Amino acid sequence: MSIGLIYAVTGALLFSLGLYGLIVHAHLIRKILAFNIMGSGTFLVLVGLAQRGGEVDPVPQALVLTGIVVAVSATAFALILARRLYAANGRCTLPGEGEA
Amino acid sequence: MTRVLVGMLVVALGALLIWTMLGLPAPSGRVPALVAAHLNESGVAHDVTAVLLNFRGYDTLLEIGVLLLAVLGVLAVRLAAADTGGTLPPPPGALLRAFTNLVVPLMVLVAGYLLWAGAHRPGGAFQAGAVLAAAGVLLRLSGRLPALLPPRFWLRAGLLLGFAVFLAVALGVTVAGDSLLEYPPAQAGAWITLIEATLTVSIGLILVSLFVGAPAPPGEAGSRGGDA
Amino acid sequence: MSTVLSALLAVNWISWVIGLPLTYTIAAFLSGARAGRMLALPALVLSLLAAVGLSARVLAQGPQRHMVGGWGAPLGIELYADGLACLMLLMTAAIGLFTGWYARHYFARQDTGATYFWPLTGFLLGAMNALYLSADVFNLYVTLELLGLAAVGLVALTGGAAALAAALRYLLAALAGSLMYLLGVALLYGAHGTLALAELGARLVPGPLAWTVIALMTLGLALKTALFPLHFWLPPAHGGAATPVSALLSALVIKASFYLLLRLWFEVFAPAVTIPAAQLLGVLGAGAILWGSWLALCQQKVKMIVAYSTVAQIGYLFLLFPLAAYAPGVESAWYGGVYQAVSHAFAKAAMFLAVGSMVLAAGREDIDQLDGISARLPLSLFSFALAGISLMGLPPSGGFIAKWLLLKAALAGGQWWWVVVMILGGLLTAAYLFRVLRHAFLPARRGKRFRALPPALELSAFGLALGSLALGLWASGPLALLRVGAPFAGASP
Repeated sequence: MSIGLIYAVTGALLFSLGLYGLIVHAHLIRKILAFNIMGSGTFLVLVGLAQRGGEVDPVPQALVLTGIVVAVSATAFALILARRLYAANGRCTLPGEGEA
Repeated sequence: MTRVLVGMLVVALGALLIWTMLGLPAPSGRVPALVAAHLNESGVAHDVTAVLLNFRGYDTLLEIGVLLLAVLGVLAVRLAAADTGGTLPPPPGALLRAFTNLVVPLMVLVAGYLLWAGAHRPGGAFQAGAVLAAAGVLLRLSGRLPALLPPRFWLRAGLLLGFAVFLAVALGVTVAGDSLLEYPPAQAGAWITLIEATLTVSIGLILVSLFVGAPAPPGEAGSRGGDA
Repeated sequence: MSTVLSALLAVNWISWVIGLPLTYTIAAFLSGARAGRMLALPALVLSLLAAVGLSARVLAQGPQRHMVGGWGAPLGIELYADGLACLMLLMTAAIGLFTGWYARHYFARQDTGATYFWPLTGFLLGAMNALYLSADVFNLYVTLELLGLAAVGLVALTGGAAALAAALRYLLAALAGSLMYLLGVALLYGAHGTLALAELGARLVPGPLAWTVIALMTLGLALKTALFPLHFWLPPAHGGAATPVSALLSALVIKASFYLLLRLWFEVFAPAVTIPAAQLLGVLGAGAILWGSWLALCQQKVKMIVAYSTVAQIGYLFLLFPLAAYAPGVESAWYGGVYQAVSHAFAKAAMFLAVGSMVLAAGREDIDQLDGISARLPLSLFSFALAGISLMGLPPSGGFIAKWLLLKAALAGGQWWWVVVMILGGLLTAAYLFRVLRHAFLPARRGKRFRALPPALELSAFGLALGSLALGLWASGPLALLRVGAPFAGASP
């Protein structure tokens, strides 16, 4: 099993873990962290799977750079929305979900 | 109970993914060969930078749009909440002040180097912009950054600069009859340098604005300086 | 004259369709709220002209392929404009224009920070145009994210804890959907070494990889299109947002992820999709129709009725998949599904704008506060009724044409159970719409005061309602446009 494939499998595991966290946790910061883990998993699959044969492929590396920037923008926006919700509500969960 | 159900589904998904990935044949290497073949026409010497700013530059254009959009969203929410406080930094200690004095000029230098280095090794606008933003965060934490939000004209111009220049180049070449974002051959390197330089400035400003845009913790709003 | 025409056709419309909204965004953000409002209508008109120009070119010369940067796939990104993409662009531009006209007067009266409505809408429209034209799976991911963030920003525009919670719920759902889509992209690139839609369609073979990718991407896009049971984020977001925002979201944003799913199923996944998978989407669509309509019947706030109506109408869109699974019904189902998407867009936008005016005039959002509206705002109520005719699928509306095509496909393929679902859906739609009309026709209670509204609010809603009617009276035009580059060899529906 090549290095690239190990990265890809790890990425799949991280994606699954992140998805679980995103669905199950009620605390918004945990949800956002889970989203970031999902994102990291996806990026690992992108670079690992394309380079599983051992040779270097610049395209997935560029794609992951783009993906990281998109994830950072989304995370920043989500965090600020969460902080505003906390400032308005006093709780860092979405209404209708309990603390977890 | 829901957790168990979700857990089982997620485990099944992970297993499916891994099984699928292990069963794939070897990659064909078509696209890396194409990149290598056209690298000398792209205007830069590093393959990832070439993909990012020339071959798939349209992705980068939209991606800087995403960054700008995040700032717009933060500003919109900030306006709606009629916020009068910013993320208030703690009063800077002597160590933080001295560290900032030492490190921020170095960071600006490193950012400049990263920008220049992107042409022939890993580096480029995003990395340089991130370092500039980190310098901005340090300045904010040591109380030296002036009030940024709500953004006045020059800050808005700075936030928009990278996206605007990139879009102008992309659309401008279509007036001459070329495709969208088709750099005139032999000038590709120059245009890429211009775009990367303006992107660096914008990215730094955008990331700092995102940092500054968070609301004050409840109970401290407006008690000390901060952004109005 | 013909030289002028050929000069006009030769303009690089495909680039300007994407570039114009983005340029407007820059101008609107830089110059501030007032300039944004002033520039909006000219910019929207120019966007519509660009979409018309591109459609004319596609009608005259066939599907257009544009290599961005001069680099063809798989090295670069290609833009592809066929009849379907052009129809979506025209829909976006037209609805954007009327909604922008509405918003210009709506926000003049509200004091909620409308400063950022204009640049955010510019990004929204630009992202959608970029999505409809893109032929590269990763580029589609970036446009999806751009669209999602713009939509969330617009939802959060009104401030307040409810809007923030709705926006955050929407954001997390949208991000989860995008990441599932991106994982599918990662698997596709890893397996086939290309990101171009056409090449992927040629290379995909039935097997575990194809099925995993189909499952992931369909799940992600279904989450973004709020297909039952993943619709939890839609009602608070669409029902709680400012009226022009609700119109844009329900009419346009939802259609973008549906369009992408349609493109992928017919052009990339076509070799590997299975009939059970298509039937599953249909079953979920039927669930959406029935459950969404039932919930719409139970709502007290008018805007929430319209929002749940969106959940229900999305179900009709997903009936397209099982109806297209059997050869005799493919064309009819495809044309019917797309026509349903476009008619629903016009009808839902008209409905949201009309309802928004009614709520603004009455001052309260509850359905039992609507008494006297029929006398006070007859044009808005008429627009609501016209839009309702399209949603119910009654002639002579676009909704009728769409449902007729879908019914034809169901009968041609021998799948009569979908006919039952569609008829039930029509009845339930009528039920919740008549509920609103009943309250609106009651005479105003004594002492009720209405707010005066600028006529533009009513006229823009009426314009959109007329649009949904026009889609029924003049269906040959849009259907002819759709035929260009349609994904199967064949003539008319």
